[in-house]
Amino acid sequence: MSVELGHFALVLALALALVQSAAPLMGARIGSLPLMRVGEPVAITGFALVAAAFAALVLAYVQSDFSVLNVWENSHSAKPLLFKITGAWGNHEGSMLLWVLILALFGALVAAFGRNLPPTLKANVLAVQGLIASAFLLFILFTSNPFNRLQPAPIEGRDLNPILQDIGLAIHPPLLYLGYVGFSISFSFAVAALIEGRIDAAWARWVRPWTLAAWAFLTGGIAMGSYWAYYELGWGGFWFWDPVENASFLPWLSGTALLHSAIVMEKRSALKIWTVLLAILTFSLSLLGTFLVRSGVLTSVHTFASDPTRGVFILAILVFFIGGALALFAVRAAALAPGGLFHPISREGALVLNNLLLTTAAATVLVGTLYPLLIEALTGEKISVGAPFFNLTFVPLFLPLLVAVPFGPLLAWKRGDLLAAAQRLQIAFAAAALSGIVSYFLMDRASAFAALGLALGLWLIFGALTDLCLKIGIGKVPPSVALGRLAGLPLSMFGTALAHAGLGLTALGVVAVTTLEAESILTMRPGQVAEIGGYSLTFENLRPFTGPNYTEDRAVFAVTGEGGASLGEIVSSKRFYAARGMPTTEAGIRTFGLSQLYVSIGDETASGLVVRIWWKPLVTLIWLGALVMMVGGAVSLFDRRLRVGVPARRKLAVAAAGEGA
Amino acid sequence: MKRAGAGLAAVGLLLALCGPAVAVQPDEMLADPALEARARDLSAELRCMVCQNQSIDDSDAELARDLRVLVRERIEAGDSDAEVLDYVVSRYGEFVLLKPRFSPRNAVLWATPALFLLGGGILAFLAFRRRGGKATAGLSAEEEAALRKVLERNE
Repeated sequence: MSVELGHFALVLALALALVQSAAPLMGARIGSLPLMRVGEPVAITGFALVAAAFAALVLAYVQSDFSVLNVWENSHSAKPLLFKITGAWGNHEGSMLLWVLILALFGALVAAFGRNLPPTLKANVLAVQGLIASAFLLFILFTSNPFNRLQPAPIEGRDLNPILQDIGLAIHPPLLYLGYVGFSISFSFAVAALIEGRIDAAWARWVRPWTLAAWAFLTGGIAMGSYWAYYELGWGGFWFWDPVENASFLPWLSGTALLHSAIVMEKRSALKIWTVLLAILTFSLSLLGTFLVRSGVLTSVHTFASDPTRGVFILAILVFFIGGALALFAVRAAALAPGGLFHPISREGALVLNNLLLTTAAATVLVGTLYPLLIEALTGEKISVGAPFFNLTFVPLFLPLLVAVPFGPLLAWKRGDLLAAAQRLQIAFAAAALSGIVSYFLMDRASAFAALGLALGLWLIFGALTDLCLKIGIGKVPPSVALGRLAGLPLSMFGTALAHAGLGLTALGVVAVTTLEAESILTMRPGQVAEIGGYSLTFENLRPFTGPNYTEDRAVFAVTGEGGASLGEIVSSKRFYAARGMPTTEAGIRTFGLSQLYVSIGDETASGLVVRIWWKPLVTLIWLGALVMMVGGAVSLFDRRLRVGVPARRKLAVAAAGEGA
Repeated sequence: MKRAGAGLAAVGLLLALCGPAVAVQPDEMLADPALEARARDLSAELRCMVCQNQSIDDSDAELARDLRVLVRERIEAGDSDAEVLDYVVSRYGEFVLLKPRFSPRNAVLWATPALFLLGGGILAFLAFRRRGGKATAGLSAEEEAALRKVLERNE
């Protein structure tokens, strides 16, 4: 019964979404306030209905209702409760429902909290959101309905893919979608601005928090996915340049560019047209990612052609929204008056460089991801574009960006002084260079590349610290005054410093693990010892174990550090999930400081158990850095200056600053 | 996030084919560490053709194993890196290369970063020049007069 209610709620949500896309738009056009106001309650109710549908699906999973096709295909009665719940979005239909749920959530948030928005802007934004929701609700109801019943109902389900039976599935897709779909708000604001033909600095101030939130979620989502693949897939890689990964990385790259160009627009009223275009492109890349992942086109153009219903539907959505928005942009962009002037060497100029490098990197990844599809569609030949290509093209584009990051915040608006900024960064540069040189001579395995990379990561971190130190005047004013200024510093400045330092941490981790990693592949018998990274691993035994819905062979290794001190054990196992007849490896991972020992086991052979051991120095920094970036985004988000309608505090702060000067 | 990313649907297919276990087996490895290191680097550039975007170094598939052994045989026979790749391509086609070759067909692919950087740079430069020119244009005679008036008033 609840399944039918969920299905019905989804249909109602579609009806409301259609109202939401028509009424406010019409109201804004004819200037009718009551009609414009329709968007708000409709958006909130629509969200409640999609939430009810989603709850109904989760309930069906929790109750193991195998009369629902989707539940039968992806669940099993013996599955632990957590994985029954997360299994609801561990499949195509459920994940699309989650996508729409988050879309509706963002629409409802704009409706509920956008009190200070001009009524026409708000009406247009909600209308565009409604239009996107209508398209995807139609897609779900016509091609990907999770509520289809099965008659007669089977007694047992086919279980969820074992790889997905992991806490990662509980966190990764929701975070990722919060990011992906969050950019729909920037998109809707951009389209609304184009419809009105009017855009100003206040627009950027409204858009920035949404972009920032989406960006922070996407950062977390990608990092979580990376760590999940790292520990779950059993070969210790953290990034594979897989098309699916690229699909999530593309909106991140252009979203990062958007975040920065929106700053220029808010502060200096410049780069308006470019910011609007980026807002459109960022969500377009999210849509493209959804298309690539959901249509099956990635496996092969032919797979796509043999079952095109879903793919063609999403492609149509894609063409409608991207094409429509870009057409609107082409017609209206010229009407947006250009804003403030600036010299190339200035904060604005630095942010333009940031945008140039980020969009070029995004274009490179995009073309690399789509090129095999294009070649196959045009010539029928198959080529591969994989990690070696991306490493060769993406990294050289990203390195100059990393080098330039610390300069940005130190340059003045309008006209900056590069030499002065460089002088103020002297200490950071010297400290980073010295660390690089010392590490080169200290570590016997270190290559020049590793030393350079470490110096680069530290340069970002020290650069971010320098920015904060200069802002509070350390060295120029007494410590007590500096401390007072630190407390009074706007949160967004901490956010910037944190995000840039986080980038440095991630860079450090990537460099350390790619250049200094040690690996050992060997066969071991019980009692044998393997030495790696200064640790000794003694293979103790291989023993069977039975879990709730799997059986496994667990290999136990005793770990000892330098001097023979016992550091406990590492357990690595090979699992077998009977319901799907699928094996998985569960890597054994131990963290020491910021580094990790990573053990995965293979088959038993005549000469012993095949074991692959990695020493991964500083590997955790890759994800900790992303976490710091995410925190930076969140801290920025709580800056009062970003919230519209708090003039009282602002005036006081300005007055205080005036007194201080 | 590889296959586990938003591409949940793709996951099952991939792993059913390739399996997640240890890829390179100890018995395949060459005794000479320098040759083995070359074999590993080359393996990372070759695609396991029955997998989705996985190198033969990462894949547990039978075919990947055969290719790894083949690469090592060629290296032991004295082939250079380029010769090994040529040999594998001659047998399996360019599909096997994870880094496509520089060829007219792949021109757009390889040129994208440079073209974008150059094009974007030129656009930014032109925008600066156009706007900059406007900014530095002198005041008109009327503006000069208005300015003088204001300054005189202040004195």
